[in-house]
Order: sequence, then structure tokens, then C-alpha cells
Amino acid sequence: MSGERTAIVERGSRTSIVVRGDARDVRFVRAMAAATGLEPPVAPGTTAHHLLDAVLWLGPDEWLVVSETQPGHALASRMQQALQGLHAAVIDVSDARVVYAVTGAHARDVLAKGCALDLHPRAFSLGQCASSLLAEVPVLIHQRSAEPCFELYVARSVGEYVRAWLRAAVREHLHASGGSSP
Amino acid sequence: MLLIPCPWCGPRDETEFTCGGEAHIVTPRAPEDLDDEAWGEFLYLRTNPKGRCAERWVHTHGCRRWFNVLRDTVTERILTVYEVGARPPQAGDD
Repeated sequence: MSGERTAIVERGSRTSIVVRGDARDVRFVRAMAAATGLEPPVAPGTTAHHLLDAVLWLGPDEWLVVSETQPGHALASRMQQALQGLHAAVIDVSDARVVYAVTGAHARDVLAKGCALDLHPRAFSLGQCASSLLAEVPVLIHQRSAEPCFELYVARSVGEYVRAWLRAAVREHLHASGGSSP
Repeated sequence: MLLIPCPWCGPRDETEFTCGGEAHIVTPRAPEDLDDEAWGEFLYLRTNPKGRCAERWVHTHGCRRWFNVLRDTVTERILTVYEVGARPPQAGDD
């Protein structure tokens, strides 16, 4: 474990596009690669990323394309064009969710207070993602860095609740140096 | 609390799932041809076994996929999970 200070960071809304299609269809995979620069990952709970763009696995035929550099409508229309004629769906959900990041040495302890997922490095590694529940509300968790940094995608309607919950959960770790648990 | 092995996501807490009731109930092709008793039987009558029970579950807060679960209603042990559309495993298969 590093000695990084544990913190909650609000990252606001983010370009997020839900795409559904058949990853066994090579035309779908090629079109996705052409539009996003990334191939949809097939293994459950995995992601593909390039710089500030990523494709997160949501289900066997469903992915979330996220970007910190491209506006949602531009990316969505480019994907729509690339996937034209294929049995696929593209939905811009950028405004539906907000993103919070939990970082630092005690990030796993904070999340463990409200999430049953095993986020230990041996079970959940860098680049993995999972949909689950955090403090009773649906969340998509993505480990962005080994620091560790976990990004949480939650519905905007429960964003304030999740923020308050995270602030309370992190309080005991705010002034700790980070190395050892109290 | 059950630990349910989602065919895609692996073992997850029961709280992430929703049970869809008994599996392998076939919707009548021509409901208008049924009398009230047969229609009522399709709608409401379930085997409700003590022991092995095939159920439909959906991973609501995970991958949102439906699948079948073979569960023992006495021991709460989950014997196996299998795809929607597949035939239920027979006793002694596990």
C-alpha cells in the first residue's frame, strides 16, 4: 500500500455512450475500433483504454464508452455512423450519471463500508470494472490506477446522496498518514 | 444471504439479483383457446417443491442478464446455474 492520502474527488459528468452489439461479429468490432479507437472487451469486468478514453464491459453484449476529451454528441454520432446497418444500438447517456473518484491508501476501506465486492488486488485489479451496489444504490466501479484510484459512476439523481455517504465514509481516514489502519 | 454465481460476473451477493420465479413455464401459444382453469393454472399454479427448484434470476445490479438457477429450497444450496433456453439439469448430474 502506498502512503497516498485518501480522498474523494468529484469528477462531474463525463461523456458516456452505451453501445449494444454482437462482439462475435467482426464488422461490429471493426466499426467500434474505427469510431472509438478501441475494441470492446469480451471478458466480463474488463476494460479497454487509450489515453483518456475507455470502453467498459457492462454485459455480454453491452459496453459503456467513456471519454474525457470528446463531447458526447460528437462521439455518439460518429459511433452511430460507423455502426450503421449493423444490429447494434448507440445511446448517449452522458447526462445520466456523475463520476466520483475514491483515491489513496484507504480507498478500499472506504468502499468496503457499503459495497460487497471484493476489491482486493488479487480479486479486482487495475483496469477492471464491475456493476454492483454501493450504499444500496447501483454503481459502476472502475479501477483507474494502482494508486489505487476507483472511479464510481452513479445516477445523477442519487449523486448528492453518494457524495454525502462517501464524505462520511472517508472522514476517519482524512487525517491518517495512510500507512496503517487505526 | 445467498451467494449467487452469475454466469458472467461470478459469485455476487443476493442483493444484486432479482428472482423471476419458477423457470421452464411455457406460455400457451393460443391463450384464447384455454378455459379459465387452464389459464389460471398457467398464471398462478407453481410446483413450489421442497428440495430442487429451477428458478429464473436476473443480475439486476450487475450485467442485467437473465439465467436459470437450480436451488435446493431446503438447504439453500445453489446446485448449478445455466442459460435461459437450456434444459434443466437432471438429478444426479452434479
